[in-house]
Amino acid sequence: MTRVTVKTTINHRKYELAPDPNQTLLDILREELGLTGTKRGCEIGQCGACTVLIDGRAANSCLVLAPQIDGKEILTVEGLASDGRLHPLQESFMDHDAVHCGFCTPGMLMSAKDLLDHAPHPSEEEIRVGISGNLCRCTGYVQIVDAIHDAAERLGKKERIEN
Amino acid sequence: MPHPHTIIGKPARRVDALGKVTGTAKFAEDYSVAHQLFGKVLRATQPHARILRIDTLKAAQLDGVEAVLTADDIPGEKAFGIVIKNQAILALDRVRYLGDGVALVAARTKEIAERASALIEVEYDPLSVVSDPEEALKPDAPKIHGDDNTFVHHKVRKGDITKGFAEADFIIERRFKTQFVEHSYIEPEAVLAEPLEHGGVRITGSVQNLFSSRRSVAAALTLDLNKVQIIQSTLGGSFGGKDEVMTSMCCRAALLAMRTGKPVKMVNTREESFLESYKRHPYVMEYRWGGKNDGSITAMEIRCIADGGAYASMSPFVTWRSAVQATGPYYCENVKTDVYAVYTNNNYTGAMRGFGSPQVNFAIESMMDELAERVGKDPLEIRLQNGFERGALTATGQRLNHTVSLKEVLTRAAHEIGFQEKWSRYRNAPDGAKKRGIGIACSYRGVSLGAEGADAAGAIVSVQTDGSVIVSAGITDMGQGAQTQMSQIAAEVLGISMDRVQFLNTNTSGVPDSGPTVASRGTIMGGSAAKNAAETVRVSLIAAASEMTGLPADTLDLREDYLVDASTGERLSTFSELAAECFRQGKPLYGFGWHKSPKTSWHDEEGRGEAYFTFVYGANIAEVEVDTETGKVDVIDFVSAHDVGKAINRNTVLGQFYGGAAMGLGYGLLEEFEIEDARPKQLNFDEYLLPTSMDVPRIHPIIVENEDAAGPYGAKSVGEPTNEIAAPAVVNAIFNATGKRVFELPANLERVLLGHALRRTSDRGAVLKDSANDAESCKTRRSRE
Ligand code: FES
Ligand code: FES
Repeated sequence: MTRVTVKTTINHRKYELAPDPNQTLLDILREELGLTGTKRGCEIGQCGACTVLIDGRAANSCLVLAPQIDGKEILTVEGLASDGRLHPLQESFMDHDAVHCGFCTPGMLMSAKDLLDHAPHPSEEEIRVGISGNLCRCTGYVQIVDAIHDAAERLGKKERIEN
Repeated sequence: MPHPHTIIGKPARRVDALGKVTGTAKFAEDYSVAHQLFGKVLRATQPHARILRIDTLKAAQLDGVEAVLTADDIPGEKAFGIVIKNQAILALDRVRYLGDGVALVAARTKEIAERASALIEVEYDPLSVVSDPEEALKPDAPKIHGDDNTFVHHKVRKGDITKGFAEADFIIERRFKTQFVEHSYIEPEAVLAEPLEHGGVRITGSVQNLFSSRRSVAAALTLDLNKVQIIQSTLGGSFGGKDEVMTSMCCRAALLAMRTGKPVKMVNTREESFLESYKRHPYVMEYRWGGKNDGSITAMEIRCIADGGAYASMSPFVTWRSAVQATGPYYCENVKTDVYAVYTNNNYTGAMRGFGSPQVNFAIESMMDELAERVGKDPLEIRLQNGFERGALTATGQRLNHTVSLKEVLTRAAHEIGFQEKWSRYRNAPDGAKKRGIGIACSYRGVSLGAEGADAAGAIVSVQTDGSVIVSAGITDMGQGAQTQMSQIAAEVLGISMDRVQFLNTNTSGVPDSGPTVASRGTIMGGSAAKNAAETVRVSLIAAASEMTGLPADTLDLREDYLVDASTGERLSTFSELAAECFRQGKPLYGFGWHKSPKTSWHDEEGRGEAYFTFVYGANIAEVEVDTETGKVDVIDFVSAHDVGKAINRNTVLGQFYGGAAMGLGYGLLEEFEIEDARPKQLNFDEYLLPTSMDVPRIHPIIVENEDAAGPYGAKSVGEPTNEIAAPAVVNAIFNATGKRVFELPANLERVLLGHALRRTSDRGAVLKDSANDAESCKTRRSRE
């Protein structure tokens, strides 16, 4: 297969890659770049374990083909913390015990980040809709919903302090 | 020196949480090493057939292929099994279900491995298939192993049911059916097997029960146990599901690694996982109860048939628990219970959270509501009337000599949601498109393995010279928080903060064989072992402290990272300084703890015994809204009350409450792995429906704590009880709403609306599945009018 050239930014770092055009973003992250924080659960866009942000919006990386990331900005769970400080979502997930086995966690965090970036004060219903594409077999979602609520509050506070 | 707990009972962050939120936690598929090969399994294309010929030549010749193996290449034992060794690592001369492996390939890339496996030629001679457990019981059914498909029969006998039925004012007879359920751990199975420098093999992977998998690998490869090292990677969920399926993956990857001399990585796709992995047992259950008009029960006759699928796996144990608990926590003098497991050509069935209880609880708790209906009582009343109290004699003849909190959990759950008022209001509500209902269910559950097997576990606590601590144990963490609980216990005993503790993932070469992490034995067994280990180290530390300070040992205490004089509270040194002092004095800073459970007993022939050393009690209440036009059921409220003995970590206990209820709701309403003529219908999450965040309601947890002498700090277990009564609570709620009872799980749209399941055919459209209880449910409806 002829390889394609793809220029992309992943976790704030620029890459020029030459993947097979039928390679998925999930494969590129895990196999080529060693970013194994993004998980493989079903490979058909059903479980959400592979969720990353593409230009700020949550997407199932198992459904995204290499040429589609050309010129895009990608954020994975490895890029969530910045300047050595955890993202409030990461803190709140730990505090609320929203992390059990942790396999859904990277995808959940990315979906939750998309949600909070676009709806800083979500209702419980909005949170539930926001993570409805992410399956979790362990938690029953209760603590995850609580953690996202809490993160929204922490982010709100942070904003107030910064302004 | 007793002082209030500083860590036990508090919500501590999980010891493994940070890696999991930053993406550094390593799950099985995240392990890769240089020059690794990719292993691939060629699976059966026939559910039941003799293998006439396997030709691997073309596959072996493909560029990039380093090995192609069949059963002939296994040097040692070719089959494994915890009770009956009949599960082949690779099919010998016959395949028995579609998940059977026939040949293995190791190649330089995944793609080459896939291409190679497609080049292997297998010639089959198809045999007739049996896919229905009741068919499998018939004399002329195709035989799966030997000449009898029935491979388990457990019985429980108490009193005399003939007498019991004679005393009854009426008899209620019902038939219930449950489905196959996929564990649905979100992480598919994966391992990395590496040949070791001094012989043998190291396997890193998503293995739940490391020691039994190790035994099988060693036997297959004719290696000593010390030459097989299995290290558990961070496990992305298991729920009982990563046992035998992982044993066969470990054996296969190890075979390829030993043959090629190179590391071999194997990963199942989700489709392969669905196809091969074992499921929760489907049961057919016939319940016959004799009742009195006052609501008491004079006799119970119970017959259950479990579909064991193609291999024995854990069926003998799973069905034993069903037999012991088949009557529920209710007084009855005369009991006759028979539970059978039979082979079919379906996916084999084994351990899954609940372990034989969710099935019988669905039947028992439905029966209890039918009894209430018959005598004109409400569901809470009937349970309080018949439920066990301290000193009760169970169906197996065991006297309950601990705090029997059944009535406490029932009444607290009912009070939380206003059960009785809602129940009678909904029952008398006028017809409408949407109808509400509320249902209750309760259970008792034997803790740990019970008379199923030897029950002991070990843990190691080792204090470093700088005062940091390493804890390791044979009990594994699957995401339930076992590591955190054991770390908390060690920290409590040593009087240190949690951030000093590092937990190591289980390594079979580093800790003693502690049996399987099943049966909710993690806390009680692993926790007790960790406590013993930490106490050993504490003795050393205090002795060193006494020498150092000149104070008698019994006035010294360890608290909040300090050595203190307990009489004055004065801080004498930091924990770190004390650790260094201990090292200087040559005192050991290493503690090994072992915990063996109290004795249990079982008499197979007489069908009775002291089945478990203690029990837990729980009650669930579900409130639902039923759309009477579509059959859709929404769970709008849920109460979960469980006596956990003592919550070591409040957060992880709550996590088990929520996660258990969600899985139970999936069991009750959504999940069904359908197999028709031995061919599975769902192979991924597009068709196999798991509860999403939109399906699981807010759950009101009620943690009841009656400390039990059998567990560390009084803790018992929580993982499984929380999962075993959600489904019957929902089904009873549907009855309260609609007056129609669902006798088959899951209570999906068609079962709720039509009273039976629809079946997909290859030529589209749907056909009816026969339902034995149609007539019954009509009758019930009539009697309510
Ligand atoms: S792996 Fe992409 S959605 Fe499941
Ligand atoms: S924490 Fe295990 S799947 Fe979500």
